[in-house]
Amino acid sequence: MTATARRRRAAHATAPARNRVPAWFAVPAALAVGFLAVPLLGLLGRTPWGSMGAELTSPRVLEALRLSMVCSLGAVAVSVGLGVPLAFLLARVEFPGRNLVRALTTLPMVLPPVVGGVALLLAFGRRGLVGQWLDQWFGITLPFTTAGAILAEAFVAMPFLVITVEAGLRAMDRRFEDAAATLGAGRWTTLRRVTLPLIAPSLGAGIALCWARALGEFGATITFAGNLPGVTQTMPLAVYIALETDLEAAIALSLILLFISLAVLVALRDRWFPSA
Amino acid sequence: MRQFRTRLAATLAVAALVLAGCGGGDDDSGAAASGELKVFAAASLTAAFTEIGQQYTTANGGAKVTFNFAGSQALATQIQQGAPADVFASADLTNMDKVTDLVGTPRNFASNQLQIVVEQGNPRSVQGLDDLANPDLKVVLAAPDVPAGKYAAEALGKAGVTVEPVSEEDNVKAVVTKVSLGEADAGIVYVTDVTAGGDKVEGVDIPEDQNVLATYPIATVKASKAQDQAQAFMDLVLSAEGQQVLKDHGFLPPPTT
Repeated sequence: MTATARRRRAAHATAPARNRVPAWFAVPAALAVGFLAVPLLGLLGRTPWGSMGAELTSPRVLEALRLSMVCSLGAVAVSVGLGVPLAFLLARVEFPGRNLVRALTTLPMVLPPVVGGVALLLAFGRRGLVGQWLDQWFGITLPFTTAGAILAEAFVAMPFLVITVEAGLRAMDRRFEDAAATLGAGRWTTLRRVTLPLIAPSLGAGIALCWARALGEFGATITFAGNLPGVTQTMPLAVYIALETDLEAAIALSLILLFISLAVLVALRDRWFPSA
Repeated sequence: MRQFRTRLAATLAVAALVLAGCGGGDDDSGAAASGELKVFAAASLTAAFTEIGQQYTTANGGAKVTFNFAGSQALATQIQQGAPADVFASADLTNMDKVTDLVGTPRNFASNQLQIVVEQGNPRSVQGLDDLANPDLKVVLAAPDVPAGKYAAEALGKAGVTVEPVSEEDNVKAVVTKVSLGEADAGIVYVTDVTAGGDKVEGVDIPEDQNVLATYPIATVKASKAQDQAQAFMDLVLSAEGQQVLKDHGFLPPPTT
């Protein structure tokens, strides 16, 4: 008997055990799937496919799309620049209050984004804790600017990157780093040539998650950065505003966001749905 | 495995029957039975309608009123999409017209004028609409689709002033908030919003010839299952008692046409 055959047999033997789920679980499960899928069908069903081309190339849609790309990629850049080093410290260095720092870092994931927006205003607004000095010393005010929108998105999205990269660092086999060090590589070389390539999948997944979250950010952005086409009106804001006057434009924008989300899911499928 | 499938099929069949059974009963348990009235009202009516709502509750043996305050354009869309509203009060005639097939005959119950809202003490000494053209001044307006934004554009047009706002807020209250937080230097809102904004803000008058008279219509929603209560609320708003509350909050009587 070959090894493969034996494995197959073993899998078969455990199959009934895997089915020991109460049969009625199928009902709430089916309801759950329907509940999650029906809204998407609703969106697709109401899509004016004939005029989609015109909707997608209308100035307001293109403007929002362009701004969303700028802001979400800016938020990813901020998150990578600040979040990756933070993930390294959290994963590798024992320091007092580490758990507290980790809790603080992940707080924006569970905080309602509107609350995040209010907090950002009170911190970085013109009268805010930090914002008043930015204004007085450098003449920088963040609310109502594209930089403000980037900041709001980074605030909400960075935790996704930090925890994903931290998990990758914890899971990796550190003996490769030890080997590199033994062979005379310095810290920076080891990081660049060994550690980063090893955690590349986690980093990639973290960036994708962070980007998707930044792209969808609404509450913190409209609260902190306001709403002005071309400056702070990103796609989710444009969907919200368009919904009240121009349903077709709102649906067109929603579809773009839906397809981007699907693309992110497909890109991450191996990570989230390891093929059984 | 086969046994699992059989049981699964049986369970699904039972569930389908149960769900089908539930469907019929739904219609009897509408808003009417619970006696809770849902009033969709323009954001600028927040303070006045909350008070009228308390009067309604007192006068009707504790009957509950819940309010949905938002920009009239948002409320009109929600009603078009089948939101469970019993009464709709809009800050302009345009948004009432949008739902004209879905509501009873509207009646005008109040009017309002615009004012420039600035921080308490008017630190940037804004005197009138002309000053809002200053590019150093951070001006926030309501979005063009919001009644207050549309009226502001009208007033600016009459004054011949071009303003580049730093933000177009989704409802008029958000404009006041941005000014009272000190993020914006000025905004154009209703007189009543300046009153409701408290002591963090103050108003700068806009002269009659540049100002706009905003007319507020109210109507019952045809799809409402609480027609009597909806009518009672509407009557209260139009009664001397309701009109007094609106006057206390700075509203003007409806235009006589």
